[in-house]
Amino acid sequence: MIRDLVFVLLALLTVVPAFWVVFSRNIVHAGFALLFTLVGVAGMYGFLGADFLAVTQLMVYVGGVLVLVLFTVMMTHVPAAKRSRHGLDRLVPPAVFAAAVFGVLYKVITVVKWNVGEASTSPTTTEIGTQLMTNYIFPFEYVSIVLLAAMVGAAILIRERNHAGSDDAIAEEKQEARP
Amino acid sequence: MKLMYDFFTGQLGLDAAGANIAVASVMAVIMFTVMALCAIILTWMERKVAGFMQSRYGPMYTGRFHGWAQAVADMLKILGKEDIIPTEADKGLFKFAPILVLLGSLLAWAAIPWAPDFVAADFDLGLFYIFAVSSLVVIGILMAGWASNNKWSLYGAARGAAQMISYEIPLALAVVPVVMRAGSLNPQDIVIAQQGGIWHWNINPITNPFLFIAFFMYFIASIAETNRGPFDMPETESELVAGYHTEYTGMRFAFFFLAEYANLFLVSMIAALVFLGGWWAPFPGMGWIPPALNFIIKGVLLVFLNMWVRWTLPRVRVDQLMHLCWKVMIPVSLLCVVGAGVWMMAWGQLK
Repeated sequence: MIRDLVFVLLALLTVVPAFWVVFSRNIVHAGFALLFTLVGVAGMYGFLGADFLAVTQLMVYVGGVLVLVLFTVMMTHVPAAKRSRHGLDRLVPPAVFAAAVFGVLYKVITVVKWNVGEASTSPTTTEIGTQLMTNYIFPFEYVSIVLLAAMVGAAILIRERNHAGSDDAIAEEKQEARP
Repeated sequence: MKLMYDFFTGQLGLDAAGANIAVASVMAVIMFTVMALCAIILTWMERKVAGFMQSRYGPMYTGRFHGWAQAVADMLKILGKEDIIPTEADKGLFKFAPILVLLGSLLAWAAIPWAPDFVAADFDLGLFYIFAVSSLVVIGILMAGWASNNKWSLYGAARGAAQMISYEIPLALAVVPVVMRAGSLNPQDIVIAQQGGIWHWNINPITNPFLFIAFFMYFIASIAETNRGPFDMPETESELVAGYHTEYTGMRFAFFFLAEYANLFLVSMIAALVFLGGWWAPFPGMGWIPPALNFIIKGVLLVFLNMWVRWTLPRVRVDQLMHLCWKVMIPVSLLCVVGAGVWMMAWGQLK
């Protein structure tokens, strides 16, 4: 009874703001509505006994990704007159795409035989840590290399926009900019 | 906690789920009350400390003894103020932002162990959870700055958010060596692992010098995380009026104020429980001191240190702030993690 109630509340917390994200005319509102969806998903993880996943969801998506999304949205904010309109041409292609994705997901969820286990009561971090350092060491290291490459790439992109030349050229530019 | 649980199951005849919900509700009320009280006491303390640092008195008249009632009077004044919402503000977000900022602090307070059997939410990921929910504060600050529709607010919010997400990294990394040493993310376990007096605390440089360095990394990052001087660029009154809460008045402003002091005490409490032995007394013969009192004294001393720094050092520039974070503190914190691990392996301290 309580379980069902919690599930419904979490589902509403996830789905209702998700609609807001899609249909809001104000893109900043859409960004903030995403907060509730992400928190709802984290709550769902916690509800399923995946406490580590729930907290990580908060840490990564709310603390990192959402802040970056909001920054980007605020930096590129357009005046009220130019806000996105909701014509049929803008509505139909995404709707078709979304329906297709939903169909595939629905099929996957119903066809796959899910291995349902008991929610563990012991600390999940120990198990996750052990698995990451033994069975899944290759994917773990692989992901870290990909992330490192992304970081280096981001640093290079910023540098190139600053000035194509060397450190001296950048220093000169700074000198010129000084009044 | 156990007592409270037994009271609800035994005396009131609730089942396990009901008793858990009841205990959680009671703890939430207690935590919120403590939080409000601590904000009132800390504002008075801040003004007195600022006064002493600058060779003046600070509040002296309200309530006779060293102006102790000044903070209470301020709170009453704030409650009576008109609630102004700017016409051009984004009303919904403007109203919601202070709640979100306060919520972030309050959620983090839940996982703080005050005494051996007094912690609102005792769970294995406590420390990780505290850092995760703190990110709600960042969103709240961005929301406040944007919804105010004011240049100063937006600048303040952008600075605040950039600073907080940058300093979250050294803050969390500084705690990792301690987690490695205790072998748990549960704050209660981390405290229990430091049993046996001041030389068993994690800060002791002889048992592990890297933890000693990590404490200072944590402390510096925690000042930046609470947006206080010398890292108070988000609120620089000389250039940004008051930063992200420029447009807020009355109760909504009080929420930001409350959250600021709640956060200040929160980071100090985390430092106390992670590095300074939590609720353990400093020396073995001092077991008669209530554990919660030990813990609060340590927290308040760290808050004092924080205020001392705030009223002594001049504000840094934004580029200096980012330089310090990305080029000094993150490498040093990473070094601390690796160094502490090697040290613990070398001396057989690993669990």
